[in-house]
Amino acid sequence: MKILVTAKRVEDPESKIKVKPDGTGIVQEGLKYKINPFDEIAVEEGLRLVAKHGGEVVVVSIGGKEVHEQLRHALAMGAHKAVWVNHTGPLDQMGVAGLLQKVVEKEKPDLVILGKQSIDDDQNQVGQYLAEWLGWGQATFASKAESFDSENEKNKVPALVVGADNKTVRVVREVDGGLATVECQLPAVVTTDLRLNQPRYASLPGIMKAKSKPIEELIPAGLGVDVTPKLTVTKMSAPPARKAGIKVPDVATLVEKLKTEAKVI
Amino acid sequence: MDFQLTDEQRALQETARKYAREVIRPKAAYYDETAQFPLDLIEKGFELGLLNLAVPAEYGGLGLSHLDGVIATEELAWGCAGVATSMIANDLALLPILIGGTDEQKRRFVTPFTKELKFASFGLTEPGAGSDVAGMSTTLRREGDHYVLNGQKQFITNGEHASQYTVFATTDRSKRHKGITCVVIEGRPKGMTVGKHENKMGQRASNTVTLTFEDVRVPVENRIGEEGEGFRIAMETLDNSRPLTAIVATGIARAAMEHAIDYAKQRQQFGRPIAEFQGIQFMLADMGMQIQAARLLTYQSAWMLDQGQKNTLVSSYAKSFAADMAMKVTTDAVQVFGGYGYMKEYPVEKLMRDAKLIQIYEGTSQVQRIVIARELLR
Repeated sequence: MKILVTAKRVEDPESKIKVKPDGTGIVQEGLKYKINPFDEIAVEEGLRLVAKHGGEVVVVSIGGKEVHEQLRHALAMGAHKAVWVNHTGPLDQMGVAGLLQKVVEKEKPDLVILGKQSIDDDQNQVGQYLAEWLGWGQATFASKAESFDSENEKNKVPALVVGADNKTVRVVREVDGGLATVECQLPAVVTTDLRLNQPRYASLPGIMKAKSKPIEELIPAGLGVDVTPKLTVTKMSAPPARKAGIKVPDVATLVEKLKTEAKVI
Repeated sequence: MDFQLTDEQRALQETARKYAREVIRPKAAYYDETAQFPLDLIEKGFELGLLNLAVPAEYGGLGLSHLDGVIATEELAWGCAGVATSMIANDLALLPILIGGTDEQKRRFVTPFTKELKFASFGLTEPGAGSDVAGMSTTLRREGDHYVLNGQKQFITNGEHASQYTVFATTDRSKRHKGITCVVIEGRPKGMTVGKHENKMGQRASNTVTLTFEDVRVPVENRIGEEGEGFRIAMETLDNSRPLTAIVATGIARAAMEHAIDYAKQRQQFGRPIAEFQGIQFMLADMGMQIQAARLLTYQSAWMLDQGQKNTLVSSYAKSFAADMAMKVTTDAVQVFGGYGYMKEYPVEKLMRDAKLIQIYEGTSQVQRIVIARELLR
């Protein structure tokens, strides 16, 4: 089977993010970038399914030349080929979903796996738009519930299981208060939650092999997609600094303050 | 001149860094305490391709440049220098074969290491011959199609776990360095004994033993290069490995600096973080500049090898500078931590113990200066 996965370039969650003084964005100098962690989980899941069922994993990223770093990372993990949608400038979730739709129509995968959201703007919309516009079934927040190392977890069936006839996929989803299992007909769109798997490392042999794997370049105009954003970010601001706590003399005062000031009881 | 790492270099640095952070670091204190061999960590490293970095593609390796190897090794040492030393020991043992061996010998003695996890050891130092390599007393005596090996090798990294040994011995003691010859010992032939694991001050995760040879028979076809070529092969091997030891020192120092910075920011004295005191700031600033200088010197010494240039002088600069730098930086890191730094519950005293070894092994800081002076006075 053919699986399309995404690899968005995002700020390294370990770097310190600063908002520009004028609120138009974040300070990008000196920042490190990574593949969106949820997308990395998608790449891993794609590779595991292909290892079991055969086929190939195609990884796609949208952005300037710099996204090659993330594409190469996915290729080093084991993806077979990459598609680079060469676009710089603002792009909203509908623009991304529109571009991905065209890539999907071109590549014709059996399954699309994306991160449930990217950790930079946390929209959590692209997978849903994409499934809707393709007219495909969707299963969001594919997940597992326990620690990866527990015996229980090792013995459990994977959260993503493709049917024997390659026509369906059964997905365990993380929902409020538990797990839900859904079944979709293929082709389908699946988005990954944090606890689906632990992505493998890009090994050194993998990194060397990735050098010779193909990256196909596409441009939005060539795909016939108008990516003019319908959504504009008007202002960014840092969350307010945490205020110092206060000390109360006794429990009675604490209860009183929780009632009248914090209004939590 | 270009100080940018390539995309591949950044990718392999990222993999090595992640491995060091997630695999080595959590167990570094355990292996330091117990001095056991960190086989589980090394197995994972082997899976990721982080061993045998010096092996060319034609012999089954990844065909990395020396600079690539240096970049990855800094991360391993940042995780734990003892683990890093055990991980680069194969390179040290295989380099003499890559430098002086025939194509057939390289396929026989080097390629198998790229297929499965195996260890090789480099045997040069003796109980009575450390810096004075030419004073070695382990002998090789030719008997028909075999040599007979007698003597003892000291401080042999990974010796207990190795299945192949690159040993230097003399065919004629009176010839001093011109009598030195290199042979490869396969497995544990009759007459070879492996001593107990030494109880070291630092880098305790790396295995260190004595090897004793009593009438050990070595086939002539296991000789690397000609009789008497061993000294040149050993020196060329050290030219190749000095950048690696220099970068191990750099990795240790970087770890120490990071710990010192984190601690200085959170430790409060006189009502504010000690990082606000100039006395602490100057120590941190010195750490940063010295680490950067050591790294660049090391990169240059590796880059010269990649360019096919002789790097004896610059690699000796790098090795001695980085080793002394790491000793200074780790000592200062303990100082920043104060009394806590002296305690084993905190990570910096280990780094100080680990750093000390780099001033000693693979040519002491003094021997490096002799080499440097000799090159300068040529």
